[in-house]
Amino acid sequence: MKTTIATLKRGQRALIKEITSDIIPLKLLEMGCLPGNEVELLQTAPFQCPMYLNINGSHLAIRKEIAAQIEVQII
Amino acid sequence: MAKQIKVSLIGNPNTGKTSVFNLLTGLNQQVGNYPGITVEKKEGVCKLSRGVKAHIMDLPGTYSLNASSLDENVVIELLLNKKGKDYPDVAVVVSDVENLKRNLLLFTQIKDLDIPTILVINMADRMRRKGISLDIPLLEKELKTKIALISARKGEGIDELKKLIESYTSLSKTPCFDALSFAPDYFGRLQKAFPDQSLYKLWLVITQDVNFRKFDKQDMSISSDFKIKSESELKRLQQKETIKRYQFINNVLKKGLTVDEKAATGMRAKLDRVLTHKFWGYFIFLAILLLIFQAIYDWSSYPMDLIDEAFAWLSEVTKTSLPSGPFVDLITEGIIPGLGGIVIFIPQIAFLFLFISILEESGYMSRVVFLMDRVMRRFGLSGKSVVPLVSGTACAIPAVMATRNIENWKERLITILVVPFTTCAARLPVYLIIISLVIPDEKIGWIFGYQSLTLMFLYFLGFGTAVGSAWLLNRILKIKSKSYFVIEMPGYKVPLFKNVAINVIEKTKAFVFGAGKIILAISIILWVLASFGPNENFNNAEETITELYPSLSQEELDNKIASHKLEYSFIGYAGKAIEPVVAPLGYDWKIGIGIISSFAAREVFVGTLATIYSVGSDEEETIKNRMAAEVNQVTGGPLFNLASGISLLLFYAFAMQCMSTLAIVKRETNSWKWPMAQLIFMSIFAYGVALIVYQILK
Ligand SMILES: Nc1nc2c(ncn2[C@@H]2O[C@H](COP(=O)(O)OP(=O)(O)OP(=O)(O)O)[C@@H](O)[C@H]2O)c(=O)[nH]1
Ligand SMILES: [Mg+2]
Repeated sequence: MKTTIATLKRGQRALIKEITSDIIPLKLLEMGCLPGNEVELLQTAPFQCPMYLNINGSHLAIRKEIAAQIEVQII
Repeated sequence: MAKQIKVSLIGNPNTGKTSVFNLLTGLNQQVGNYPGITVEKKEGVCKLSRGVKAHIMDLPGTYSLNASSLDENVVIELLLNKKGKDYPDVAVVVSDVENLKRNLLLFTQIKDLDIPTILVINMADRMRRKGISLDIPLLEKELKTKIALISARKGEGIDELKKLIESYTSLSKTPCFDALSFAPDYFGRLQKAFPDQSLYKLWLVITQDVNFRKFDKQDMSISSDFKIKSESELKRLQQKETIKRYQFINNVLKKGLTVDEKAATGMRAKLDRVLTHKFWGYFIFLAILLLIFQAIYDWSSYPMDLIDEAFAWLSEVTKTSLPSGPFVDLITEGIIPGLGGIVIFIPQIAFLFLFISILEESGYMSRVVFLMDRVMRRFGLSGKSVVPLVSGTACAIPAVMATRNIENWKERLITILVVPFTTCAARLPVYLIIISLVIPDEKIGWIFGYQSLTLMFLYFLGFGTAVGSAWLLNRILKIKSKSYFVIEMPGYKVPLFKNVAINVIEKTKAFVFGAGKIILAISIILWVLASFGPNENFNNAEETITELYPSLSQEELDNKIASHKLEYSFIGYAGKAIEPVVAPLGYDWKIGIGIISSFAAREVFVGTLATIYSVGSDEEETIKNRMAAEVNQVTGGPLFNLASGISLLLFYAFAMQCMSTLAIVKRETNSWKWPMAQLIFMSIFAYGVALIVYQILK
């Protein structure tokens, strides 16, 4: 199974790998979700969705489908 | 008159644009901590030195020039239309010192547009606590701009900003760097095809999802040696561009910004642990809602009683101190009770707006969006629909406008369609008076009374119906649209007292004066209709009644005469005509008139009844007492009993009785189809439910 933001556990940090999918909205990239940046899962709502993240100092929440498209490497 | 300098305030959501705007212009407007709260442009004038003036425009927050929602679109249309009358002489990009990296993305894009640009770094008061220090001269040099470091909260640095605006002609217009250098071949060909256009503007027009009125993509594809790429290729290029911009920003900030992590302290993590918790998060949200309803119902009853008595007293004093005549009757029987019917609800409406603006200012609203997204999606809504639904408890009009930041058109449309079901402030007067008539004033346990529980039930009913019909609409409507959801979670802030106070006062004032005008007009019309009759039955009331009941005391006679007159007045005939329609719901013709006039605006109902009931009555009684004394002609029992009361409550809960809402829905959906559907379906549904409930309970 691929490691993505959706598979992170609470409090885990990871580095974003290359962004390949077209599904990922540009807005997310603009908010700092870029290859090489650090992401930390701060909190999830029930059923793991949405996910509350700290990406490169930006605090934001995204839905799980999108999170599952962003590959990461746990650090 | 000298020309004004046109200034646009641009920046990411929540960076303090509106706060800066308030400081510059002194013109006040809503300031909220929910990202994207300012959905319309706001304008004001700022005096600079030596009689020079600046025309300031506050724009909605946007993360970049690549618009993905309607409110972001406003900014791009403005900046791309060089001939537009609002096209700025100088762009002031407002950024938040804590999120400088992200905020600078938009800044580098604006710099590519060939507009003189000032960078405002706001929230300077937070630097010490966050351990941030900046090298301003270095940043100015690297970013090719002038920087004003300010704190809108403390009011510091504003004079420096004004000076920069004044000398805007000396600002640099060159881009920070070449952001489109990653695909020289493609952009080279684009520039060659349109040699006299700015490359970045061309690129923006090509990549926008939103439709531009003034710029036509069609024109571009005609050119033979240049082809627009496929959507996914374009997207790839946009991603590369964004990465490129961040590389530049990172390099600049590496030199110009230092953060001492050890000095940083923050409440955010601790608060979030509780407020977004899987159990406690929802528990606290529910508790906050409960608190709001308790405040609206119980706490505000004290000032309300005072207002009620004051108006009864005013009516009485006017009556005794002025010579009697039709004009004085109009004042004491028409206008004063009509206005009293609305003024009495000021405490409740103020409480409601107070809570909503505190929730927005503090940053809590975004947490609610986070908590509710999953639940709301089940019903075809978005977590962001919670904000419209909650502000719908104040008024549906701002609520419909607050849907603009929902990215997905279907989720947005459904939200707009169901928002009018939430219990708006205008329903409150109707609910309160009927609840106090038909629900016993007793307490269960210590705190909660039956009456406030009924009110709370009605609020939940409104929410429930909204959500239920959303679910239905989600199945029925076949609209395909891209779905994604990103929400920023802003840091927690202690609400600025001034912002909250201004908001509460302005909203309450708008509500009271807006409703006041309609109510005044309607109560005068009603009074005239109730004080004159078309035929002899009205004029000869006294003789007829005295002959019929010779044995009655004078007081009883007067009452009989008054009601006889009302029955044969113009309004009596009109009411009689509609009575067959409303009788199955348990209402008499007076309530029928109230309902008809409510289609202009719901809150008119109480004023209408107040006017109808006070015509011809001499005692200085309150509206409520008069309504309680009303008798059902068929059953002989009180007109307002449990069955008719509940039926009326439910009718008002479901019916679409607000012209302003219909108008705003037309504007936001750009078609009459949706508001008409709302009007018809909601009204039929309301009638049906009220009918069934009355027939069961009676
Ligand atoms: N600490 C601090 N807080 C500030 C300052 N300026 C504004 N705020 C707060 O930041 C929040 C957002 O301010 P707004 O002025 O509404 O921001 P905006 O950019 O207009 O936001 P949108 O219209 O939603 O894009 C509010 O809670 C303000 O009280 C400041 O200088 N210091
Ligand atoms: Mg604003």
